[in-house]
Amino acid sequence: MEMLKGNVAIAEAAIRVGLEAYFGYPITPQTELLEHLSRRMVELDRPFVQAESEVAAINMVYGAACAGVRVMTSSSSPGISLMQEGLSYIAGSDIPCVLVDIMRGGPGLGNILPSQGDYFQITRSAGHGDYRPIVLAPASVQEAIDFTVLAFDLAEKYRHLVIVAADGQIGQMMEPAELPAMRPLRTARPDWALTGKAGREKNVITSIYLKGEEMEAYNQRVQARIATIRTAEQRWVETDTEDADLLVIGFGTAGRVAYSAVEEARAKGLNVGLLRPQSLFPFPTERIAELAQQVSGILVVEMNAGQMLEDVRLAVGTSAPVDFYGRMGGMVPMPDEILTAIEDVYPVAIR
Amino acid sequence: MQHELIFSGFGGQGVMFAGQLLAYAAMDTGYHVTWIPSYGPEMRGGTAHCTVVISDKPIGSPVVRRPQIAIVFNKPSFDKYEPLVRPGGLLVINSSLVDDPVTRERLDVLRIPATQMAEQVGTPRLTNVVLLGALLAERPILPVNALCDALDAHIPAHRRNLLPQNIEAVRRGAAYAGDFETMGIP
Amino acid sequence: MMRDAPISDRVVVYERPQALADIHTHYCPGCTHGISHRLVAEAIDELGLNDRAIIVASVGCSVFSYNYFDIDACEAAHGRAPAMATGLKRVSPDRLVFTYQGDGDLASIGTAEIIHAAARGEPVTAVFVNNAIYGMTGGQMAPTSLPGQKTTSSPFGRSTDIAGFPIRMSEVLAELDGSAYIVRRSLHNVKEIRRAKKAIKTAFKVQMAGLGFSMVELLSTCPTNWGMSASDALTWVADTMVPYYPLGDYRVIDAVKDL
Ligand SMILES: Cc1ncc(C[n+]2csc(CCOP(=O)(O)OP(=O)(O)O)c2C)c(N)n1
Ligand code: SF4
Repeated sequence: MEMLKGNVAIAEAAIRVGLEAYFGYPITPQTELLEHLSRRMVELDRPFVQAESEVAAINMVYGAACAGVRVMTSSSSPGISLMQEGLSYIAGSDIPCVLVDIMRGGPGLGNILPSQGDYFQITRSAGHGDYRPIVLAPASVQEAIDFTVLAFDLAEKYRHLVIVAADGQIGQMMEPAELPAMRPLRTARPDWALTGKAGREKNVITSIYLKGEEMEAYNQRVQARIATIRTAEQRWVETDTEDADLLVIGFGTAGRVAYSAVEEARAKGLNVGLLRPQSLFPFPTERIAELAQQVSGILVVEMNAGQMLEDVRLAVGTSAPVDFYGRMGGMVPMPDEILTAIEDVYPVAIR
Repeated sequence: MQHELIFSGFGGQGVMFAGQLLAYAAMDTGYHVTWIPSYGPEMRGGTAHCTVVISDKPIGSPVVRRPQIAIVFNKPSFDKYEPLVRPGGLLVINSSLVDDPVTRERLDVLRIPATQMAEQVGTPRLTNVVLLGALLAERPILPVNALCDALDAHIPAHRRNLLPQNIEAVRRGAAYAGDFETMGIP
Repeated sequence: MMRDAPISDRVVVYERPQALADIHTHYCPGCTHGISHRLVAEAIDELGLNDRAIIVASVGCSVFSYNYFDIDACEAAHGRAPAMATGLKRVSPDRLVFTYQGDGDLASIGTAEIIHAAARGEPVTAVFVNNAIYGMTGGQMAPTSLPGQKTTSSPFGRSTDIAGFPIRMSEVLAELDGSAYIVRRSLHNVKEIRRAKKAIKTAFKVQMAGLGFSMVELLSTCPTNWGMSASDALTWVADTMVPYYPLGDYRVIDAVKDL
């Protein structure tokens, strides 16, 4: 166990699982991640570039990913906005890529406080076009490490964009956590990578399909892959759901604070359970639909105006009433606020 | 058991490091622990604070509205946290910089001239460790020794030569609080 | 002595410029952002443009400059101030429109915008504060950080192998035909500060005369992230920055001399 700051933990975890190149641009509350890599990557003689902008950083990532290496970038909300174009090109080229988003308060320049206001931005498509990235949402420093490792594995398994999305609190907090062992760098490049065509047919990586039929066929392949991801990669954790009358749903820091509120509610004799999605896409739709049959009410807690709420509503349909408690602008809900929200909706739930 | 503490003071008073040190000591003693800072531009000259939660169970919320213990390094922090400490909780006050009366009842109060004591040891920069020593003598959340071990293990390399002074500062803080007749020692 | 004169007889020899708001700034002690603010404000006052000036603040330590000037103000996205200024100026050609940008903002993320504003000969002014570091985000390498300079993202010192070379923006923009007035000044001593003030005033006049794009680059300090005292920081500007970024006039078109 080591005491690690979330940002540093993510950076070091990426190094340990064989990050071969990093390109990024400073932005709070993510900067320690870039700073850690500016030291470690150089020590290890691996490419590190502080790009001139996030636009450049994501396109440097695009280039390195075309060469088939383990590559990532990291940023925070305004920087992710600038990366949208590049992310869409990466997605449209079927290449693996890992992006870390340490979300902050918005819209606009906003502030640097923790937020979950970019849920729509990252779970819907992260750029133009018809695709969904895999989105993993850690709620602790340990999960930040584990999901970073998982992100590379999933990215390569599906040749898909994977986003590790944490709010600023996860990036800034320190907790004891275990880092993975140092893996040797891969030596072989995948067969689709751009390496020079010696001994094989030439490889082309592009996202342009001028003919509608071809573009549609491509999209169908992407959607088939996304359908596989939807069934295979849903992740969540549950506490006290077996006999719950009220189900609380929250991710990241909000889900973690909700855990304390749920414990307090249990201590007061309320039958409350918690479901914390760890993958925001694919969303644990089926499990939530199942629990919606059992409980009398659902409370969604987020650090935004109610974005995951829409995914919950899609899952629940008319099976149970869905209420919402949210804070915005970088405010983190306190356990007592969530407890009050639980108590407010609870009587309705069992009625 | 769960302890929720807030350390608060001016940026540059070592508030963040005090919280981290306690967190390291808690981790090394085998507890779950979280440390979260206030971060950003408000730290430039303004007040900074950090929240430490120590528990024998996995920790849910790392944020707390009303801490059981607040360690206030300066007056703005006193003004902010005196009303917030939970009833029956503890307020540790750096009396070198704060001489305001505590108006709350059902609150344990430990006043310690930490900055003066730190100066006597060598530098006002040791205010934070004096306060930590006093805190642990007053509320034995962790053994004072665990703090000294954490100092030994985590003091930044360029400050290593200051380790003996740091340990001395912890010791004086602990001795001060130990001598002090305070209410509510468990 | 003045000090003993009755209040009514005292003569004001130094006061806050009208264009500067009467509030405290958040700048660190010894930071020269404060000086450049004052110079800009004095220039506005002296040209009587207080009611016609619009600042486009940028993202960096000067992010709150919209509060510090008592003129109309807006806040651009990181690097985009010259584009926003272009929009403002095109629809309000008789107003004084200027950006106030740091080196990360102007010479890194916003390089495209500044170059094209200059290339178009956009009659706007950029006040460019070059402190060779990212102040706001806590001291990362800037495009203008010097070779060997230690920052939080070049912990071993800026290596030109990894990070390439600093950009001399005044020299770059001086190459563009749309530029009318491009100069570099410094804020490290009184003499240079006086010269900087004069340059800012000239740049504003250039803009109001519609002569083209103008920029005043100001070598500036960041004692906090350089890890220096305020006076050491001024010495560092004089001894280390000025040799790399020579002060001088890089492009002054003939029409400027007639102003
Ligand atoms: C798109 C985007 N990327 C990154 C940031 C974070 N950021 C804020 S200020 C800054 C750099 C400022 O440095 P500089 O322009 O040199 O000004 P200084 O603070 O030194 O005055 C950065 C990278 C941001 N706000 N938006
Ligand atoms: S961080 Fe640097 S540039 Fe920013 S206000 Fe402080 S001294 Fe000035």
